[in-house]
Amino acid sequence: MEVLFILIIISLVVAGGFLLAFIFSVKNGQYDDTYTPSVRMLFDDELTTKEENSNYKKSN
Amino acid sequence: MSKSVCYHCGEDCLEDEAIYDEKSFCCSGCQVVYEILKDNDLCNYYNIENTPGISPPKDLNVKYEYLENTDIVEKLISFRDEKISVVSFFLPKIHCSSCIWLLENLFKLNKSINSSRVNFLKKEIQLTFNHHEISLRGLVELLSSLGYSPEINLDKAEGKRKKVEKSLIYKIGIAGFCFGNIMLISLPEYFGLDSIKESNFSNFFGYLSIALSFPVMFYSAKDYFISAFIGLKQKNINIDVPISLGVLALFLRSLYEIILSLGGGYMDSLSGLVFFLLLGKAFQQITYNTLSFERDYKSYFPIAVIRINDDKSEESISVVDVNVGDLLLIKNNEIIPVDAVLDKGTANIDNSFVTGESNASVKKSGEKIYAGGKQVGGIIYVRAAKKLSQSYLTQLWNNDAFTKHQENKFEGITNSISKYFTIIILLIAFGSGLYWFQKDFKIALNAFTAVLIIACPCALALSAPFTFGNVLRILGRDKFFLKSATVIEGIAKTDTIIFDKTGTITQSSDSNITYKGKGLDENQKNALYSLLRQSSHPLSKLVFNTFKTEKQVEVSEFNEIVGNGIKGIINGLLFKVGSYEFTKTELEQETNFATKVHINIDGNYIGYYQIENKYRKGLKSIIVKLRKWYSFNLVTGDNENEKENLTYYFNDQDKLYFNQSPKQKLDYVRKLQEGNKNVLMIGDGLNDSGALKQSNVGISVSEDVNTFSPACDAILDASSFEKLPTYIRFCRQSIRVVIFSFIISFLYNIVGLYFGVTGALSPVIAAILMPLSSITVVVFVTITTNILALQHKLR
Repeated sequence: MEVLFILIIISLVVAGGFLLAFIFSVKNGQYDDTYTPSVRMLFDDELTTKEENSNYKKSN
Repeated sequence: MSKSVCYHCGEDCLEDEAIYDEKSFCCSGCQVVYEILKDNDLCNYYNIENTPGISPPKDLNVKYEYLENTDIVEKLISFRDEKISVVSFFLPKIHCSSCIWLLENLFKLNKSINSSRVNFLKKEIQLTFNHHEISLRGLVELLSSLGYSPEINLDKAEGKRKKVEKSLIYKIGIAGFCFGNIMLISLPEYFGLDSIKESNFSNFFGYLSIALSFPVMFYSAKDYFISAFIGLKQKNINIDVPISLGVLALFLRSLYEIILSLGGGYMDSLSGLVFFLLLGKAFQQITYNTLSFERDYKSYFPIAVIRINDDKSEESISVVDVNVGDLLLIKNNEIIPVDAVLDKGTANIDNSFVTGESNASVKKSGEKIYAGGKQVGGIIYVRAAKKLSQSYLTQLWNNDAFTKHQENKFEGITNSISKYFTIIILLIAFGSGLYWFQKDFKIALNAFTAVLIIACPCALALSAPFTFGNVLRILGRDKFFLKSATVIEGIAKTDTIIFDKTGTITQSSDSNITYKGKGLDENQKNALYSLLRQSSHPLSKLVFNTFKTEKQVEVSEFNEIVGNGIKGIINGLLFKVGSYEFTKTELEQETNFATKVHINIDGNYIGYYQIENKYRKGLKSIIVKLRKWYSFNLVTGDNENEKENLTYYFNDQDKLYFNQSPKQKLDYVRKLQEGNKNVLMIGDGLNDSGALKQSNVGISVSEDVNTFSPACDAILDASSFEKLPTYIRFCRQSIRVVIFSFIISFLYNIVGLYFGVTGALSPVIAAILMPLSSITVVVFVTITTNILALQHKLR
């Protein structure tokens, strides 16, 4: 049963990783606009797209 | 000919219809946009939605000269390096997915744009562009030529970019994380697994839950302690005091139990409690992305103005830099930024937004023009008489109604109950503690903390946020946008309504026009039609629009005499249309002050068109329905000529005040408040700003909620104006819902207190009772408010 000590610690670390990912994504502004991406993904790609600039670089 | 619809914007094609590429367009503007898009293979725009376009503005090249000024450009641009600049604009015209597609494909249209990103909800676009190849002005003109004119105003140029408060989301995330994990390791405790108790596990789990509770206690729950502390310091027991007491009791007792190995502690209940409370807080906060409740004159005024220098050169300068004595050039539909004296040209100033006067006033050279008025007509030159911050209108913002911070205009229902609640709980806690103290110290301590824990008003604190949060959403869907949940309680408490007139209870875009006088025959009507067609005066246009089937005839010797009217010769007869003095044969005094357009044909006075305000639909029924709760006042900056019409709506007890300045409006609200009235101010323009701010609840009526409305507590879309009584009733009822839910949470508390005072509270009971009571309350208030909304036929 002692393996539980290790397992619980591991589970906490994994869960903590998700918590950090959540905080990081909020900080990055991924939840600022919850509508536009849903429309954007439906547009057909044509020719070549030229989205070389990272759009999140200066969002705040 | 069958009516066709513009392929670009969906408007009906009238006389100016243009056919291009086998498609109809309502005007050349729409056609040009189509051509641009077609040349650049962007016709996909028309495939995503039908007729997505916006007819572009006609007067393009004049408006954006100020974007050449480097100071202004500097303020607007959010980021710049050697190669690229980043700028964001507010584009009020964004309305469909085609807009998103086109705006995000701008780089195909102009190679110097690197990328663009649309935030649909905020109606914002963020552009990354190469500033060596395209100037900011070029960029704005490109957007504008497609119909998406950016809104740029003084507010934005001052660089006040609001940072979105995200700490609440972090707090919820962390509390939720800790809550879940503590719950998980508390499971053995819940099921009473003895084998675990005996081993080292119970210690391990205990210390782990202590470790996990620290972030909850010291980060997530921080605000409750701070608020309780501030409240106590001001000798005010708010709802955060019993919450903090409960949380503190939970924490200390759990520490005590775990460290002495007496039990599993209540860390799960602690983090769960904080988690739910924070969720309630978040639910109550709604942000309407495109609305702003904090606007002042800065978001109404233009960002720049053209100054004529001594050497006759034109220069675009920021309005903040306008000095006394500067000569300024004002074009059609531009706002006069500072108090000024007219130097040259014919000023025809629309002051409806600033003073509430419904008619444009004509100014002669040398006359004073107040800041905020809008020039309608040709170009004028004015000489600045004051700086922006010292102008008549902007001085209103120096009043203490604006400088004083009025965070809490009134005490919320939850806080007013928490006073008694806290005192009773403390009495019970001490009472049961003392009772057990005579028998056993341990049980006494146990009972004392248990009472504080179980009485922690989680459900109580949740009922108001969830009720009001839901009401806010329901009203928001119905186009009545409230700033915050406290406004609902504010509305329920008000007993006096003050209306502004122009633009609030009257429709700003529409008026009733009636003809009085001798009958007009066909030829005379045709003549008037042709004559009025040539005038740009707003009154001429209003009368002109009443004609429908008339034909155009030739007008010779047309002449517009400023401040008087127009004249012209038709079929050999001299037609004069305009003011009383201009058209009357022998001078008599005019009998009333209503706005009229008089007609004189060949020396004979014929009659006049009377122009009256058109009142909003349902005004009478609003007043009748709300009569049992409210007394009514009307305070307007306009003159008395509508007094007779107003008596139809208001009765003798209602007070009507005319010719009131913005400051007088504010003072009137204050006077009523000193007489212990709770004032609900309903206004629309800058001239109501002071009164809206001073009132207990200020509602701003707006024809288009995305455009400017002064600082207020709520914005009401004009199309929902007649539903105002329903909204007010709904707010009043929601208070009763909250009171009912309080009773439910008290019942739970009584059950819990039974366990508490007998000293029999176990972690399992706490872990069940607390979420259960909270969930009951939340479900109850959500269902009742939705049923009420259905009854009121609110969507």
